[in-house]
Amino acid sequence: MTGALLDALLFAGGYNATVVALGCAAFGLAAGSLGCFVLLRGRALIADAAAHATLPGVAGAFILAALAGWDARSLPLLLAGGAISAGAAVLAVGALTRGGRIRDDAAMALVLSIGFGLGVVLVSVVQSLPVGGQAGLKSFILGQAAGMSAFDARLIGGLAVLSLLLVALLFRPLAALCFDRDFAASVGLPVRALDLALLGLMLAVTVAGLRAVGLILVVGLMVIPAVTARLVTERLGVMVALAGVLGAAAAWLGAGLSAAAPNLPTGATIVLVACAMFVLALVVAPRRGVLAFAWRQLRLSLVVARDHALRAAFEAAERQPAAGAIGWPDLGRGAGWSAWQRAVLPRWLRWAGLVAERPEGGVALTPAGLAMARELTRRHRLWEHYMQSAGGLPPEAAHRAADQVEHTLPPEVAMEAEAWLRRHDPARLPPAGGLIRPGEPETERGPR
Amino acid sequence: MTEFLQLDLAPLLAATLACLVCGLIGNLLLLTRQSLLGDAISHAVLPGIVVGFWISGTRAAPPLVAGAMAAAIVAALLIALVRRLTRLEPGAVMGLVFSGMFALGIVLIEVTGAHAVDLDVDCVLYGQLEALIWPAAQGAGSLLDPAALAEFPAEVKTLAVVLALTVALLALLWKELRLAAFDPDFARSIGFAPRPLSLLVLVLVSVACVAAFWAVGSILVIAALVAPAAIARALTDSYARQFALSAAAAAVMGAGGYWVAALAPEALGLGHGLNAAGMMAVVAGVMLAGAVVFGPFGPVRPGGQRRRRAAAAPVPRLPAAAG
Repeated sequence: MTGALLDALLFAGGYNATVVALGCAAFGLAAGSLGCFVLLRGRALIADAAAHATLPGVAGAFILAALAGWDARSLPLLLAGGAISAGAAVLAVGALTRGGRIRDDAAMALVLSIGFGLGVVLVSVVQSLPVGGQAGLKSFILGQAAGMSAFDARLIGGLAVLSLLLVALLFRPLAALCFDRDFAASVGLPVRALDLALLGLMLAVTVAGLRAVGLILVVGLMVIPAVTARLVTERLGVMVALAGVLGAAAAWLGAGLSAAAPNLPTGATIVLVACAMFVLALVVAPRRGVLAFAWRQLRLSLVVARDHALRAAFEAAERQPAAGAIGWPDLGRGAGWSAWQRAVLPRWLRWAGLVAERPEGGVALTPAGLAMARELTRRHRLWEHYMQSAGGLPPEAAHRAADQVEHTLPPEVAMEAEAWLRRHDPARLPPAGGLIRPGEPETERGPR
Repeated sequence: MTEFLQLDLAPLLAATLACLVCGLIGNLLLLTRQSLLGDAISHAVLPGIVVGFWISGTRAAPPLVAGAMAAAIVAALLIALVRRLTRLEPGAVMGLVFSGMFALGIVLIEVTGAHAVDLDVDCVLYGQLEALIWPAAQGAGSLLDPAALAEFPAEVKTLAVVLALTVALLALLWKELRLAAFDPDFARSIGFAPRPLSLLVLVLVSVACVAAFWAVGSILVIAALVAPAAIARALTDSYARQFALSAAAAAVMGAGGYWVAALAPEALGLGHGLNAAGMMAVVAGVMLAGAVVFGPFGPVRPGGQRRRRAAAAPVPRLPAAAG
């Protein structure tokens, strides 16, 4: 199996296999990049409904061809049938929602399932026709890249490349449409035509994917790479390119896997490969990934614990300027450290040069630590005063509320709060040059 | 008669009961504006069903229902997690989760070897009504014969139990559901939390998906879930009538669909049965089109004159095309 997989992936499986792999990859590229626009325009589910509704068209085209005596296995014919019935499905969704009694989500579920049901009935009619090739229809439902001819693969690849070119050509107007339709209309873009073009491209890509991925899962290859790319980047250009590359890689890998293990339906394999990429991105994505999220939370909790400790040390020094060193246990308990923070934070504080061990035992703030602690304490009191003055909170509640905002709000917001206090309640303003150095004569103190 | 009892009675009953279960539960989906949930869950329960089948090795309901419920809850959690991390619209996230889980189910069928036993991809796609036969039937007398009835396919009996439970639950929660459906804000304000309700809907829909799985497969079950409720919605504004009409539509859809699929081939001389599960969806589609076009709220008004919306609702009728 590994040998066959390598052959398929390295284009060593013969001419036909190579063309099929390239055709699938081209489809993945088109589906991934178009999928970004489909996703951002909120058309993912209508694409799914349209894809399910290609079945009656494909089966109907087969029946027509068989009755007319043409080659019923001709892919262009079957795909044309699929495109027609998918287009009818999109119109049907519109017609069902027009009265306002059936919401669009229900309409899509209805069109999807009834269209598929009609297709299933027609497939069972096909089974009874006295022509060959009926079994091939099943590959349109779950996808089967293995039996594809080079001509079919070239047709699919050609359709995909054409859609891709159109996407590249329409990139800017489509981007404007997806982000703000009203704005796009106001700058004179033909938004209705663009929406139609997006629908048409979506149908073309859907139909291109039928043979390889199958109608049930073809929407997966539009949605999954696009969502994966969305996790990784904030920029549309990067997202579209990345989704295209991911889609192509998934299609190529999946087609290779199912060539190596012919039991596996190609569509399901391709979608699972795309899902694996998504899960990977979900874990390691730089800003939106689970790891990045956990790291941010961890860091924030450490920073909060550190700030609490520094403030506790500063306030202890304020109360008893002569006391000098404080023990870690006192510091930790005063700042409410949890067990693992007690293990990590002393090292971090020493390493950052904020505290120094005293020879007589315990620790004391270094000059840098003192400066930081003074600034933190000032900020905390600023918020306390602001909460009391602007929010009318009693002191105890103000202390807790200040604790909730001071660690996460950016400094600009703190400056705004300070400006507010200066305008409305200057008596409460903590001294601008920082708080009094411990040991100096006390002139003005905060509320605590 | 014997042939009908042996070959057609069990599938006919299974189709009708499955459509009734799904159709009644579908009202909850439609009225709480969660039709997409039916779409998502019907795809997403597949790996659960396959794993339940693989572990237990039988078509007995409990392991399959357990697997399906686990899969539905996993899908709901995944949808919530991905929505939170990506901040994308729900449709896209649902598309991602349900196509991924459906693909997993399809691959599991092949990998676990379940297809060698009893569960194959065809069953997922089209249902397996024709597998429900009652070989013990010997004439009409068998309907009263306990020994023969004991041989009746277990799937049908399970469906009957599920239907009874569904009706009981709907009757029990009648007022609460009505409130949640028509005035969700008020329901929230008096403490009837939407979260337990959506969990309940989730569980009910996954039970319905399993119950109907052998009858219609995991895609056409969407039609059974959404179509009867939508047909009723197009005909009435009354809460009670909504349920009654959807039940009627579901029964016509199940029985009529099976009937058309079994009779049409003979009439057309095709000599090969049509797919009954697909035909049920088609029958539902015809009823829906009739209800939308000729119903009291459609473009064609009864009596040929334009009527205001506020006018008293005429007696709802099911279109004649249905059966």
